[in-house]
Amino acid sequence: MTVPRTSGSEDMLRAVRRPVPHDSAEKHVSGEAIYIDDIPEPRALLHAYIRSSDIAHGRIKKLDLAPTRAQPGVAAALAAADLPTGHNDIGPGFAGDPVFAEQIVEYAGQSVFAVAAETREQARAAAMQAVVEYEELPAILTIEEALAQDAQVLPTVTLMRGDADKSIAKAPRRISGRLAIGGQDHFYLEGQIAMAVPGEDGDMLVYSSTQHPSEIQHHVAHILGLDANGVTVETRRMGGGFGGKETQGALFAVVAALLAQKTGRPVKLRPDRDDDMILTGKRHDFIADYVVGFDEEGRIHGVDFMLASRCGMSPDLSGPVNDRAIFHADNAYFLPHVRIVSHRSKTHTVSNTAFRGFGGPQGMMVIEYAIDEIARTLGIDPLTVRKRNLYGKRDRNVTPYTMKVEDNILAKIIGELERTSEYWQRRKAITAWNATSPFLKRGLALTPVKFGIAFTATHFNQAGALLLVYTDGSLKLNHGGTEMGQGLNTKVAQIVADEFGLDFEDVKITPTTTGKVPNTSATAASSGTDLNGRASLIAARTIKERLIKFAAAHFHVAPGKIVFANREVSIGGEKMAFVELVNLAYKARVSLSATGYFATPKVAYDPTTMRGRPFLYFAYGAAASEVLVDTLTGEYKVERVDLLHDVGKSINPAIDMGQIEGGFIQGMGWLTSEELYWDAKGRLQTHAPSTYKIPACSDLPRQFNARIADWSRNREDVVYRSKAVGEPPLMLAISVFHAIKDAIAAVGQYQISPQLDAPATPERVLNAIDALRLRLGDHLPAREAAE
Amino acid sequence: MVLFDVPGKLNMTGQIRFVLDGEVRELRGVAPTMTVLQWLRDDARRCGTKEGCAEGDCGACTVAIGERRGVDDMRYRAVNSCILFMPMLDGKELVTVESLKHEGRLHPVQRAMVECHGSQCGFCTPGFVMSLFTLYHSGKEPQRETVDDVLAGNLCRCTGYRPIIEAAQRMREYGAKDQFHRRAAATARQLAAIERRDTLALEKDGQRYFAPANLEEFTACFEQYPEAALVGGATDIGLWVTKRHQRPETQIYTGDIAELRRLKIGDDCIEIGGAASLGDVFDALLAEFADFGEILRRFGSVQVRNVATLGGNIANASPIGDIAPLLLALDAALLLRRNRETRLLPIDEFFLAYRKTALRNSEFIDAIRIPRARSGLKFRAYKISKRFDQDISAVCGAFALQLDGSRIAEIRMGFGGMAAVPKRAANAEAALIGEAWNEASARAAMRAIERDFEPMTDMRASAPYRLKLARNLLLKFFLETSNQPGATRVIRRDMAA
Repeated sequence: MTVPRTSGSEDMLRAVRRPVPHDSAEKHVSGEAIYIDDIPEPRALLHAYIRSSDIAHGRIKKLDLAPTRAQPGVAAALAAADLPTGHNDIGPGFAGDPVFAEQIVEYAGQSVFAVAAETREQARAAAMQAVVEYEELPAILTIEEALAQDAQVLPTVTLMRGDADKSIAKAPRRISGRLAIGGQDHFYLEGQIAMAVPGEDGDMLVYSSTQHPSEIQHHVAHILGLDANGVTVETRRMGGGFGGKETQGALFAVVAALLAQKTGRPVKLRPDRDDDMILTGKRHDFIADYVVGFDEEGRIHGVDFMLASRCGMSPDLSGPVNDRAIFHADNAYFLPHVRIVSHRSKTHTVSNTAFRGFGGPQGMMVIEYAIDEIARTLGIDPLTVRKRNLYGKRDRNVTPYTMKVEDNILAKIIGELERTSEYWQRRKAITAWNATSPFLKRGLALTPVKFGIAFTATHFNQAGALLLVYTDGSLKLNHGGTEMGQGLNTKVAQIVADEFGLDFEDVKITPTTTGKVPNTSATAASSGTDLNGRASLIAARTIKERLIKFAAAHFHVAPGKIVFANREVSIGGEKMAFVELVNLAYKARVSLSATGYFATPKVAYDPTTMRGRPFLYFAYGAAASEVLVDTLTGEYKVERVDLLHDVGKSINPAIDMGQIEGGFIQGMGWLTSEELYWDAKGRLQTHAPSTYKIPACSDLPRQFNARIADWSRNREDVVYRSKAVGEPPLMLAISVFHAIKDAIAAVGQYQISPQLDAPATPERVLNAIDALRLRLGDHLPAREAAE
Repeated sequence: MVLFDVPGKLNMTGQIRFVLDGEVRELRGVAPTMTVLQWLRDDARRCGTKEGCAEGDCGACTVAIGERRGVDDMRYRAVNSCILFMPMLDGKELVTVESLKHEGRLHPVQRAMVECHGSQCGFCTPGFVMSLFTLYHSGKEPQRETVDDVLAGNLCRCTGYRPIIEAAQRMREYGAKDQFHRRAAATARQLAAIERRDTLALEKDGQRYFAPANLEEFTACFEQYPEAALVGGATDIGLWVTKRHQRPETQIYTGDIAELRRLKIGDDCIEIGGAASLGDVFDALLAEFADFGEILRRFGSVQVRNVATLGGNIANASPIGDIAPLLLALDAALLLRRNRETRLLPIDEFFLAYRKTALRNSEFIDAIRIPRARSGLKFRAYKISKRFDQDISAVCGAFALQLDGSRIAEIRMGFGGMAAVPKRAANAEAALIGEAWNEASARAAMRAIERDFEPMTDMRASAPYRLKLARNLLLKFFLETSNQPGATRVIRRDMAA
């Protein structure tokens, strides 16, 4: 099948390229947008509660649900032994995630059993009455412990190019060190939720807040013993996803469906915020060891990286997450000789999962940290070292995984940002200011992002759509993607509207359902618009071609003389309303519905050798951040951010800007205030917004100059030459981390490179300052500390 | 239907009344701990208001409460409906996101949010809209700092806030007056008509709730139910219900007792009624002690401060409450009352042990007395937390210094987050009394402070960091009060001259 080119010239575009507000915006602001918990509750609805393990690792000695079942209002209680099919695993791809723990619990928060009762409060109270006894087993709670015990959820993966050892040994200069990078909770505002409604033939309709309805459908069918055609999963919208609803919704959907199957009644399962945060996976925290050989100019000769991530108790998506960390450990830089060893550590903590960037941010942190260290070792500005190591255009342009960087626009982006942010003037001014300010220090950093677009698992790079045209001229569209706030439906509607020369409002996109588009991929990897936008365009193109063919025959006009524009169709110069043509076509018995299907071309790589082309293209960006640090307390304020980001040719600049700004602030939270804290027994202590601090309004820098690189255009044939935007901007926030590090370096007059782990909480910042002062041995508080 | 005895004049109907969308709603048989959010979503089927955390920290459940201002005007304040109990609506107007559209058209706040692309996933949006609605009605200029404060209690995970701030700054372009302005006088009259002058008494499922209308009825009620939980804004007790799944058997609401909400600025001291909300006293304390204002500005969020009380923050004796350290430094006293007996207790004798206070049976905090800022008093307070706004302190330190010539006549240091109770740094203070205020004495006190505290390690901070902060905050206080060169604060608002 040939992929149709986008029709019409740029100046004919009616909906695409315009900053159309989110298609649900008016419903959002008026409270009329319906989330799953807002759906009018069906009659006889039960509410479910999952009782989870409160120890990190142990054997279940006794599990007695009789007291639970005897509680008022209880309709059913289910544990592993009660599963209808004996199937008890909802791991995506790799097994390891039981619906209910069998003999062993492997994290504090692991689902042990579930209860359905008349009210949520009754279900919870009844669950607490069960007798659950454990024999505690030794638990692995940190990456270091896992490495020491060789505990892994998946085998180690190594990517090599050239001879890293030799190049490092022969390089004029060398640095080495260890960096710890924290995890992150998604903190979607709408927590996990599912409602299962049993139908005839034992069928099950499941409303799930998920980025991946097809996978939920698969798990529900498999665990309940139904065929996929008996399970329908519907997702109208999520109140945020960020990767946290790619696999993590399955437990709640499956448990609700199990209880609905058992009782024959609808069941809703909505964990509260604490349970949501305790039960579900997060961004992987990493430790990274780096050894880098380089020359006096700061050019890297070779790197030797050891990346180890906390995967938790099961693989979940840890394989591809860690693969993507490897694929982004070069970020924007040419690394001639490379060894990257990636350990996928097993710990008795929640299984970590997808989170915007999907390992890419952690990989990037390592190389950016190493580059900063190189610069400080040499006494060269870090930006200069960054620029010297950028991928080249004609040479030095092959990634360690052998994919060629064909569309590198980073030199241009950085150059433009240097000017607009006045980087060099401010660098001078800040250095001068710091010399006069004994207690507050400013820091500045400009860091680039190069992020690969496509699912690394090649077969996920496909999408389908179903377009229906009604005789009143209105269009109804379904596609396989899910709406989580990113504006996917808005962009797709713009694309389809333009194909017919219609207005954005003429196209209605209905809830994602497995009943309309089958076998969909998760809405993830930033690829929602690339895949579903293109599939929808293909569906539109199919119907349009039928209409053209019909009109050409009907009016005896050459097909090339038929143009759709301004809600009209010009047929050899004669104009008729779109609805009129549709009516004529209907009466002439022309099919007015079509599917569209798209598979991303070009991508293919060998996961055993980590070589090939995992990505269709790269999205680029850069940010310059300035911070002000209090060296007595470690507090800091991000005062100014300038960023320039590449979205190709934007389909909707307002929605793209929303992703850029929101992604940046979310990345800033990851590296600054968002700290996950487990106690000595492996129990998460930061499981609510009172203890887990995502950025608040005042954390948005006073000066926040975000711009889209409006001259960019995707050189690959992606829909309307746009680029994916969901994940890449998150990593622009690495500039904030390095600005903090730069400010700390000012404490030692830039003579010593501070050591700073992420997240850079005030405590870590003050510790880094004090460690630096100790090494300098000359500052007052440090002298005190040494006494 | 009231099955128990209470003294005084009672509203025996067990009925609460409030205004919603222009109509008086009368509800009977409401459970005393039913939250406004539960009622909205489950009973009234107004699902625009969302639950994000059920602990008053994310703001997705924000609604506006309208109260009468004079005879014909209204004021609107944002509150978290997830931890506000239904009976607390009695006599007020409730405004939810569904109330805002008028004749099918979006409210200016809503229109601005759409035009500025202020929503993405939309789940936090109704809460933001309601916070902005209160800003719209406050008449305040939407400067960035004002907007930050108004929205500090609303978390958004999608937008990064920039477009929401823009919406706040542009909302009046879409209409300077709304239907609430136009019907303010009518609403005020409605509220006047349902104003209660006696004690509201509710009972449901073994839970009792009293809302006395004056001090006399309150004390009588508290005598009768000495185990009752006194509830002002429910920003703490609300969490007993939503987080610990406990139900206080008896609650006595203090929010209707004008005497307990008094604010008197005398020549010697500022006297604040125990049930005054933090919002009520903010301006007065800011004017007197700039840093008190700054700590209050960062205390909880607008939604919390609008209902949370000064007395509640003291009486719950949290070791990380932010008010007590300041009061310790300022040598405040508590006027404690049991029925007609009162006693005045210095605040540093109030906290006995973890969550244990000097309050006796049926005794309550009638008022807090804070000595006025004497000439020459140097007062500073610092709050260290992972996030500036709406976070709980790792350490809160407050310092008050009075010099006699070049010697230190008095110095008080109050700390939160350093011990099981809010506590003064006795050793550090002793090291300074009578000394000159210079770097050497400050450093000696920094060493002494290590003997004052053995803090703990938890998710907010490690023990060594807390101790380091205590020392460094003392140094910072010295720097700020001894004309040392160099700025010392990364956020500077309302700094003392």
